[in-house]
Amino acid sequence: MSDKNQQHIISVTVENKSGVLARISGLFSARGYNIDSLAVAETEDPTVSRMSIVVRGDEKILEQIYKQLNKLIDVIKVQDLTTEEHIERELVLLKVNTASSNARNEIVQLVNIFRAKIVDVSKKCLTIELVGSKSKVDAMIDLMKGFGIREITRTGRIAICREAGKEK
Amino acid sequence: MTGAKIIVECLKKEKVEVIFGYPGGAVLPLCDALYDSGIRFILTRHEQGAAHAADGYARASGRIGVCLATSGPGATNLVTGIATAYMDSIPIVAITGQVATHLIGNDAFQEVDITGITRPITKHNYLLKSTAEIARTFKEAFYIAKTGKPGPVLIDIPVDVQKGESDFDYPDRVDIRSYKPVYNGHPVQIERALAMIEGSKKPVILAGGGVISANASEELRTFAEKTKIPVALTLMGLGSFPTEHPLHLGMVGMHGTMYGNNAIMETDLLIAIGCRFDDRVTGKISEFAPHAKIIHIDIDPASIGKNVSVDIPIVGDVKNVLRQFIENIPKTNTKEWIEKITAWKEKYPLTYKNADGLKPQFVVETISEITKGEAIIATEVGQNQMWAAHYYKFKHPRSFISSGGLGTMGFGFPAAIGAQVARKDKIVIDIAGDGSIQMNIQELSTAVSEKIPVKVVILNNCHLGMVRQWQELFYSKRYAFTCLKGKQPDFVKLAEAYGAKGYRVSKKEELKKTLMKAFEYNDGPVFVECIVEPEENVFPMVPAGASLKEMIGGLA
Repeated sequence: MSDKNQQHIISVTVENKSGVLARISGLFSARGYNIDSLAVAETEDPTVSRMSIVVRGDEKILEQIYKQLNKLIDVIKVQDLTTEEHIERELVLLKVNTASSNARNEIVQLVNIFRAKIVDVSKKCLTIELVGSKSKVDAMIDLMKGFGIREITRTGRIAICREAGKEK
Repeated sequence: MTGAKIIVECLKKEKVEVIFGYPGGAVLPLCDALYDSGIRFILTRHEQGAAHAADGYARASGRIGVCLATSGPGATNLVTGIATAYMDSIPIVAITGQVATHLIGNDAFQEVDITGITRPITKHNYLLKSTAEIARTFKEAFYIAKTGKPGPVLIDIPVDVQKGESDFDYPDRVDIRSYKPVYNGHPVQIERALAMIEGSKKPVILAGGGVISANASEELRTFAEKTKIPVALTLMGLGSFPTEHPLHLGMVGMHGTMYGNNAIMETDLLIAIGCRFDDRVTGKISEFAPHAKIIHIDIDPASIGKNVSVDIPIVGDVKNVLRQFIENIPKTNTKEWIEKITAWKEKYPLTYKNADGLKPQFVVETISEITKGEAIIATEVGQNQMWAAHYYKFKHPRSFISSGGLGTMGFGFPAAIGAQVARKDKIVIDIAGDGSIQMNIQELSTAVSEKIPVKVVILNNCHLGMVRQWQELFYSKRYAFTCLKGKQPDFVKLAEAYGAKGYRVSKKEELKKTLMKAFEYNDGPVFVECIVEPEENVFPMVPAGASLKEMIGGLA
């Protein structure tokens, strides 16, 4: 039950002000909590930002993270989405070598299977955009390794809770 | 109105009567506005002194202490003082000047990112970008400092923001959507707690600094007396329950009393009130209070369950929760338990071997006797602090002023100055060591020029005593960098050089007379240097990281 490496995705709504990101990341480093990824952007309310933070820790650590985040004056709400029905996605952009036309064809096929997109083409490489769950992204990256990955950039996971099933 | 004038008006609205500070380039407009404002400005001789004085003022009065420094080194000199206040949850507002907004980020002269530096040691902080924000920010800052779990708030104000113009409109109330402290204990939790107290045979209350900051000493006393539950204290809790009360168990933890620590090890129900289970209190956490269920009352949810697992958490203001308890006093029968504790108290009292020489414990006992427990006692950090905690018989909350969490040497003297400014009616005594006192000794000049009659009793053992004690016990008596024999200034001459009074005592027989003379002097600060036994140790003691049952030395 108390797995130290259990991943949690927590959603933190904060005041959309300068310095807030530093407060949050500072809290994690000062207290020795690990962040696997962090994504942040404005919400439907321009005075509020939402952070999606992927952390690891057992129940006790998660409880402390929850409480310590809430203690920050600029934090409005903290939610551990892992404990409820939620949807999570990650976006990845990756550049893959296309040494031969064979490779190029193969990559295009894989891109179709994964319902990814090719967003840039050059003579020697393709840039692919993929949105999906972490496992889908990981699987895609794994397959592309064979062709030679030049560069990857990932957003980290973002998540939102499901409404379906909540409505009466 | 200029920004600087607006700041002064804000301070007046918050009923600030005194500011401890030091001027500089980036606070010139503000200092100019303060010059004829009617608010007392106490010029300390170092910004660290200003922060500690504001802290001491807050601890002694329960009001918010205010300190001021310029940008750059002025601001960084506040840092230790702010961290000290943060660790002990003391409400202070620190105002710093900053370089002009257009220079921020340019590595300008005397520029530091003080909001960045103080982010982990303030409850909240602000960097103002416009004059129009000043009033709202001050209102929020004072509100945040004092409410919920109190703490320091810093406001960094660029010099052009102080010079800028805006209307002055002070908000009546604060509404911060993301900050809503919970003040009342949840009724269901209260009910569960009361039931658990009724079922307990050996309950112990552990009271911490939260009882003092919530002004809940009276409620604590009522609850303890009505239920006959003995009260142990943390260092920060000293003063919240009278030392000479029959239910008093003394301080617990590393230098706790034998009977207090025994009670913790045997209790079946620990009612922790406004404390946070610091490692100095718990010792080895896995063996702390091994037979006890724990009820933990605290205003800060994050303090609950952080260090020890709790059976019944109650988030709320300690005063309110204790009142909720008192409305439904649980039936308890602690007769046998109290008898057992009384036997421990008789068998293992807090004591030391008095000798021909001057013992530091004897000095504190004599201070306690002369002042009848009515003084405000500030301490530095180390052996002086522990002896003050052990041998002064406290009667009132806010009468023990000590850096508990951060353990800041050099805290006591400036804090005593702040406390004396807040409480002119009280004798304020800093119990100091010969090491600590030299860390902020420049404040003698402040106390002399402001005629602040603080008494400083230096327990001079020619050592950095607490570290020396650890070296004696755990480092084969290798006294690395802790012996100051022959390397001390003449403290009496030093006091006199600043224009203060100085006395020296080395004989037991002279102590009382000299102290009384010193305590009667009211025209400014006075130093009493007591030449005490150089190798006296603080006992009892639990080695760091050991269980509370592994106590060394009942008798020195």
